[in-house]
Amino acid sequence: MSHSDVVVWVEQFQGRPASGSWEAIGVARRLADQMGGDVTACLLGGNGSRGLASKAMHQGADRVCLAEDEQLREFRVEPYVRFLSDAIRDADPGVVLISATLRGRELGPALAAELETGCVADCTALAIDDGLLTATRPVYAGKLLAECVVPEHRPQIFTTRIRAFAALEAEPDRDGPVHLMQSALSESDIKSQVVDFKPIEGGVGLADAAIVVAGGRGVGGPEGFRPLRDLADVLGAAVGASRAIVDAGWMPYEYQVGQTGKTVSPDLYIACGISGAIQHQVGMRTSKVIVALNRGAEAPVFKLAHYGIVGDLFDIVPALTEVLRERVP
Amino acid sequence: MHIVVCIKHTPDSEAKMSVDESGEVSWGDSPLILNPWDEYAVEEALLLRDEHGGNVTAISLGPEGALEGLKQAVAMGCDQAVRVWDGFCEGSDTLSTSRVLARAIEKLGKVDLVLVGRSAIDADTWQTGPSVARRLGFASLMYVIKIAELDADQGTIVVERLLEQGREVVSARLPAVIGTTKGINEPRYTSFMGIRKASRMQYPCWSTDDIGVAAEEAGAAGAAVHWPRIFAPPPRGGTAEIVEGTTAEETARHLVAKLLAEKVI
Ligand SMILES: Cc1cc2nc3c(=O)[nH]c(=O)nc-3n(C[C@H](O)[C@H](O)[C@H](O)COP(=O)(O)OP(=O)(O)OC[C@H]3O[C@@H](n4cnc5c(N)ncnc54)[C@H](O)[C@@H]3O)c2cc1C
Ligand SMILES: Nc1ncnc2c1ncn2[C@@H]1O[C@H](COP(=O)(O)O)[C@@H](O)[C@H]1O
Repeated sequence: MSHSDVVVWVEQFQGRPASGSWEAIGVARRLADQMGGDVTACLLGGNGSRGLASKAMHQGADRVCLAEDEQLREFRVEPYVRFLSDAIRDADPGVVLISATLRGRELGPALAAELETGCVADCTALAIDDGLLTATRPVYAGKLLAECVVPEHRPQIFTTRIRAFAALEAEPDRDGPVHLMQSALSESDIKSQVVDFKPIEGGVGLADAAIVVAGGRGVGGPEGFRPLRDLADVLGAAVGASRAIVDAGWMPYEYQVGQTGKTVSPDLYIACGISGAIQHQVGMRTSKVIVALNRGAEAPVFKLAHYGIVGDLFDIVPALTEVLRERVP
Repeated sequence: MHIVVCIKHTPDSEAKMSVDESGEVSWGDSPLILNPWDEYAVEEALLLRDEHGGNVTAISLGPEGALEGLKQAVAMGCDQAVRVWDGFCEGSDTLSTSRVLARAIEKLGKVDLVLVGRSAIDADTWQTGPSVARRLGFASLMYVIKIAELDADQGTIVVERLLEQGREVVSARLPAVIGTTKGINEPRYTSFMGIRKASRMQYPCWSTDDIGVAAEEAGAAGAAVHWPRIFAPPPRGGTAEIVEGTTAEETARHLVAKLLAEKVI
């Protein structure tokens, strides 16, 4: 193996892969092809994870390092860093890519400390420039962009922002070797244990949703979210909220978009009764198409949005839902 | 219990950021503030101390200005505060920051818990907590929205982490690094008495030499990541295309047509 190779961590939760990991493999493929190297996907999980190894190959990996072990069923930093750092020391790649999910953003810097190297977080672009990999990432809440490089340390670790890169078209005929590895730690060496999981109700996760319907103070109260949920249902969208709504207790914090909430980058973001404060923009400005529904024509959100409707959301949102429902057979 | 809380001083979230021709970043006359995410970490440290006893040390790696953040932490109720800085710390990335912070925390003696914020709103890397945890060999528990149990005698903690799919309940052995997130508490305001106490407090400043970090391990010299260029993103077109119709239904149809043309639905 050599510094032209790329290693990618494939994240799974309860046996389901994180879509961001396929995006990261797509980036890895492109970089490895440019550098003349290979892509190795590292997959850690409980028994029954092997099926994901072939999927990783379909998505562009050349080979998979697989550790199937009940100890690795749940993400925990210690055994994951131990396993990955062993695999990485062995493979000696130039680049390690991790999708910037919450677990990914915890793993990347822990791995970097273990390997005494650099980790560039939450990259929105990665390009090879004069032989040096240059990452672009938002700083100061997206008000500025920084180009980052890791001139000397290897491997260089990057976490890739979810939905900032497209996954490759799956190629079901692609195949490659699966190397089986074992967790190197005994349970007593691990300081933490996952004892329970309480899933978020309401299905579609905000972070990787293709469409987000978000509500602000304009919804007027907890019941005001109903029409937004109906719209989200016909669109298969996730629901989001401004901080004003969360602070008012109309929606739980899990739904908050913005500087002190989640960052989302869907294809379509529909902001309903949201004024578009800078701290809200931080969490959604990289959405591909932004639609603003607001009854105040002067609302700052119209400066950011691509399309705007000036009017009462309680008229427009149900009308949109109806029109869209007609399209569903 | 000895609780350490790591804080950073950052430009205000409302600040208008700009970059001049030489690539120097500035935030105009906007004040520096205690990183908003760190207020949750400070508050949680104080709540835990008040319930379980012990004391809280605030620590910040930063130049003179970082003193203001430490003063705010003390005014909120921290028992002591330490700044870490010398010329060698200039230009740190997470690699050098985590080396320096971890050594400084070790110098504080026995520590049961280290609290950090989710992220610092300047570079927004979210990396310091997990890196420091790894260096100290402590359990790493980020995105914590609730401390469900803490048994100081047994040295165990149970927390709820807010992940994409829901809340993960994790139990861990202390010492641990806890990354707090919004929703864990409501940070208190500083009181008049607190501000007075903060203004009288001594704030030691440790150099790299004091904590035993070699000059070439700190700051820009010890950094792996460099950022040769910072720039303002190209401005968005300006204003939205306003979609209209004589009725709500017609307006909705027009919008749906546009979204179909954009291929986003
Ligand atoms: C440190 C800090 C961090 C912050 N973090 C975040 C964050 O993470 N996320 C976030 O969202 N905010 C955040 N904020 C708050 C932010 O500054 C704004 O206060 C907040 O986003 C406003 O929410 P809003 O747009 O829902 O409410 P408002 O600003 O009150 O806007 C409501 C809008 O709804 C419109 N409206 C009212 N009724 C109707 C109707 N019937 N039909 C159509 N339109 C209607 C009004 O014209 C108005 O534009 C933060 C602030 C600070 C200081
Ligand atoms: N220079 C610093 N001094 C002390 N604590 C810091 C420093 N930088 C970051 N932290 C802590 O680490 C958290 C995450 O910061 P960051 O990794 O920069 O996004 C912050 O919320 C602080 O608690």
